[in-house]
Amino acid sequence: MTPFLQQLVLGLLLGGLYGLAAAGLSLVFGVLKVLNVAHGQLIMLGGYGAFWLFALRGLDPFASLAVVIPAALVAGVILYWALFGWVVRAPEETRVKNSLLVGFGLALALEAAAVRLFTADERSITTGYAGAVLSVGGLAVPVVRLASLALALLLIGGLHLALARWRWGRAIRATAEDWEAALLTGIDVRRAYLLAFALGTALAGAAGTLVSVGYSISPSIGLEWTLKALVVVVLAGLGSMLGTFVGGLVLGLAEAVSAAAFGGPYREVVGLVVFFVVLVARPRGLFVR
Amino acid sequence: MEAAYGPFLALSGVTLTARPGEIVALLGPNGAGKTTLIRCITGLLRPRAGAIRWEGAPLDGVPAHAIVERGIAVVPEGRRLFGAMTVEENLELGAFAPRARARRTARLEHVYTIFPVLRERRRQLARALSGGQQQMVAIGRALMAGPTLLILDEPSLGLAPRLVESIFDVLREINRSGVSILLVEQNVQAALTLSHRAYLLEAGRVAGEGSAAVLLEDPRVRRAYLGPLAR
Repeated sequence: MTPFLQQLVLGLLLGGLYGLAAAGLSLVFGVLKVLNVAHGQLIMLGGYGAFWLFALRGLDPFASLAVVIPAALVAGVILYWALFGWVVRAPEETRVKNSLLVGFGLALALEAAAVRLFTADERSITTGYAGAVLSVGGLAVPVVRLASLALALLLIGGLHLALARWRWGRAIRATAEDWEAALLTGIDVRRAYLLAFALGTALAGAAGTLVSVGYSISPSIGLEWTLKALVVVVLAGLGSMLGTFVGGLVLGLAEAVSAAAFGGPYREVVGLVVFFVVLVARPRGLFVR
Repeated sequence: MEAAYGPFLALSGVTLTARPGEIVALLGPNGAGKTTLIRCITGLLRPRAGAIRWEGAPLDGVPAHAIVERGIAVVPEGRRLFGAMTVEENLELGAFAPRARARRTARLEHVYTIFPVLRERRRQLARALSGGQQQMVAIGRALMAGPTLLILDEPSLGLAPRLVESIFDVLREINRSGVSILLVEQNVQAALTLSHRAYLLEAGRVAGEGSAAVLLEDPRVRRAYLGPLAR
């Protein structure tokens, strides 16, 4: 029983990062109706940001969030101005198609640039406390991953609060629901788009940082993270950041169950089956009423 | 003014005026161009030709979100509330523009005075309300902007006659407090009873205009809009 529980614990810890990765994608998709398939590559770049800050400056990866998140915000603003701001000019029905093209192009470019700049080597941040393990009732809980989960929850909670209370947070929610009505109440919808996209990119940067500490990064991890995030968005549905986080935990657990039941190479099976069942039975997501 | 969706001309040569303090009704069958006209005034659609002037200044080129700040607020057709947000959040979003925001506490109080039921329901999600209450939220949201012109697109749609009556009473009160109203309605009888003047829109052009009292007695209007059984 203990090995199985151990798998579940690790799955839950990883699931927190799935949730964080998905939150940014969900925010951008829900508000701009744009699917940024380069979201995983943004996560990858966030990971490299933290990695180099650690390797060159010796900056603690958790402290480097304070650098990576603002930098990612700025990167998001630039990406919006350069690319996605043009996509949202298209009518809503054609936006997703256009954004897929733009996103795939961006993903390829970012991945190629990362290989060129950082080589294709796998990297991870090994801090002095990397090996620390908390022992709870015979289960080993890696401290770094536990801290990552807590931080992911903190970030999602902060985002949730911002969307609920901040003036522009409400504007972002209103825009997500009905952009024309938002415009008619005096909300500058383009600015709401810009803010949502920049926030989404910042979340990707934060997720990347946490991936580079507890796990590992390489230029090619982008696609995998985009897919995980996409699965979580479908599981959880749009509209609730906390729901997205829970969706991430569900996927992490499902993968752990799968690995335990069918062996490591089949880690994704249960997750994908859950994904398929939700898509058929509850196409708007588990947590959307 | 002239407006089109792609090659499809929705408005051709429409001229209308609303004066301060007036209630002007815009009547006409489905597809006459009423909603198109409103989309032009509120900046959601750019007229292909002609001009919209507001308090002496042209509105073309002014972005839709800035038109609200100039004092034109709209209650869109079908209400278009933010259903997943609470009543109070909906109302506060009506005062999103900086100038309106400064006065939002007083205006919220004002809206709750006009529609006391909304105060009771202020923590409920907008989509959980009845149709009549949703219409109140939509009107309240528009009032939160502190408009000098309030535009309503089919406010009576889908409401029981008694509710329509009470909504129209509220509109009369709002107008008495100095707000001009442009009312788009299919409920011609109710609209003409409320308004001072009216325009008849047909197939994208103005087919008639005049004082509401005169139009109400006009046999052509009665036949066309109020049906053969109208008294």
